[in-house]
Amino acid sequence: MSVPLLQLEGVHTHIGAYHILHGVDLEITRGELTVLLGRNGAGKTTTLRTIMGLWPASSGAIRFDGGEIGSLSTPEIAHRGISYVPENMGIFGDLTVRENMLLAARGAKRVEDIDAARLDWVFGLFPALKRFWQHPAGLLSGGQKQMLAVARAIIEPRQLLLIDEPSKGLAPAIIQNMIAAFRELKQTDTTILLVEQNFNFARQLGDKVAVMDGGRIVHAGTMADLAGDEGLQQRLLGLSLAAHQ
Amino acid sequence: MNAASTSTPVLDALPTVRPDRIPLLLLPVLALAAIPLTGSFSTWVTLTFAGLAMGMIIFIIASGLTLVFGLMDVLNFGHGVFITLGAFLATSVLGRMTGWTESESLFRNLLAVLPAMAAAMVVAGGVGLAFERLIIRPVYGQPLKQIMITMGGMIVGVELIKVIWGAQAIPLPLPVAFRGSLLFGEAAVEKYRLISVVVGLAVFAVMFWVLSRTKVGLLIRAGVQDREMVESLGYRIGRLFIGVFVAGSALAGLGGVMWGLYQQTVTPEMGGQINVLLFIVIIIGGMGSVGGCFIGSLLVGLVANYAGFLAPKVALFSNILLMVIVLMWRPEGLYPVGKR
Repeated sequence: MSVPLLQLEGVHTHIGAYHILHGVDLEITRGELTVLLGRNGAGKTTTLRTIMGLWPASSGAIRFDGGEIGSLSTPEIAHRGISYVPENMGIFGDLTVRENMLLAARGAKRVEDIDAARLDWVFGLFPALKRFWQHPAGLLSGGQKQMLAVARAIIEPRQLLLIDEPSKGLAPAIIQNMIAAFRELKQTDTTILLVEQNFNFARQLGDKVAVMDGGRIVHAGTMADLAGDEGLQQRLLGLSLAAHQ
Repeated sequence: MNAASTSTPVLDALPTVRPDRIPLLLLPVLALAAIPLTGSFSTWVTLTFAGLAMGMIIFIIASGLTLVFGLMDVLNFGHGVFITLGAFLATSVLGRMTGWTESESLFRNLLAVLPAMAAAMVVAGGVGLAFERLIIRPVYGQPLKQIMITMGGMIVGVELIKVIWGAQAIPLPLPVAFRGSLLFGEAAVEKYRLISVVVGLAVFAVMFWVLSRTKVGLLIRAGVQDREMVESLGYRIGRLFIGVFVAGSALAGLGGVMWGLYQQTVTPEMGGQINVLLFIVIIIGGMGSVGGCFIGSLLVGLVANYAGFLAPKVALFSNILLMVIVLMWRPEGLYPVGKR
């Protein structure tokens, strides 16, 4: 069995007086897309933010690529090779699309320093970004902002992408575009941990799935197993796939 | 490839980019409106240059303060101490170079003033670094404590300045070549005010270049909007903040030299007195916005001079009145920063 790229063991997180994560155990396999499902308030976003060091774990271990990252600062974690797309997308609205991308390319001082082939590949995934290259990102639509957020996360090769609810608030046509882009991304062997509430979206992309409830992982397995078991969906998510469609 | 290339209405539509130039128009509108009120064109020219000079000096001092707030939400009520420090350092440096400042040669005058400015910037920047580490760092994210402790820091700083230079006012005469006026027709414009405008424009140009053309500037602009995302992208916002704080303190030191020369007298209380003006300026401009700070500074300078000439009693509260009017029109200031 291969060593997981990311491993959480008994992770507890407190935000002020609130105890949010109650001993999360999670393994993310290299090269796979794992979907983290669960109701509102289950602890999905907190899990991503804890991995990223934005809300540091109060106890437990977070190992990434063989090293402990639980005590590192957010920039140090980012330098280890983790990209994060928050739920609100984190777009710098007053900056242009070009400037947003330049910021994400840590190794580049100017746009010309960005790997041209990589940039072309990103434009291939999200053509709208090329068209609106010089426009303020704040003027983009919700779907375009989500594309920019994901594009920023992959403008330089990273080992792991953490993406929080990429389908939230998007029109169905844009969601299909996002699914196509993620499929393309999966072909590059990028490891992805995706938080989602849209089970239909998750089902089309996920290799593995983990379900959270009450700040704990209550189920972990393959997406195929969950998608094929309506009873399990009812028990874990309160809804069947058929109800989602 | 072209995974997301399917054309959709969402992809095709984007609002036209229209830079907001309305606040910029306030300056010429205000200046033109003052022409008939001042009674004579030459008086208007003199007042306008005085207002622009005052505004430029305020901008030099306030620009760092607004960035510090924008980047870390830090309300530094101690900013005035760097102004006072800069001005007192200028009295020491220029006081030892009277042979140069009393010379008729502009070159020799500049050779005296430039080291005074450099010394003020270096020392104020260094003190700023200590101020950030010792006073501000322990109260990140605690606005009420920031107000209290930075005000306390300024009081301690001013007392230390009194220990070194004494409590009394110290004259800071202009170098000889900076004195007097240039005549444009019948309008007299003080040479030092012209110099202040030039220095202010130079500082604005450098700042604009750094913010718009360099990656550090890009990081500052991004950090003002969403510092957590900047950290998630792998940048240490704390280091950036220290750099901005030190640069802001150094600029306040430079502004202190210029304000001291403008007033030709330096007092330990001068920083505290200007502090109020600084907060009016950065609130008018939109907290965290350098462009807004620039417009706000010039508006404050012009209004103070026009009101001082036309209605001296109104001048006492003209800047507060200006702030109220601007906030009624734009509650977040002229150029609000799009924060998360």
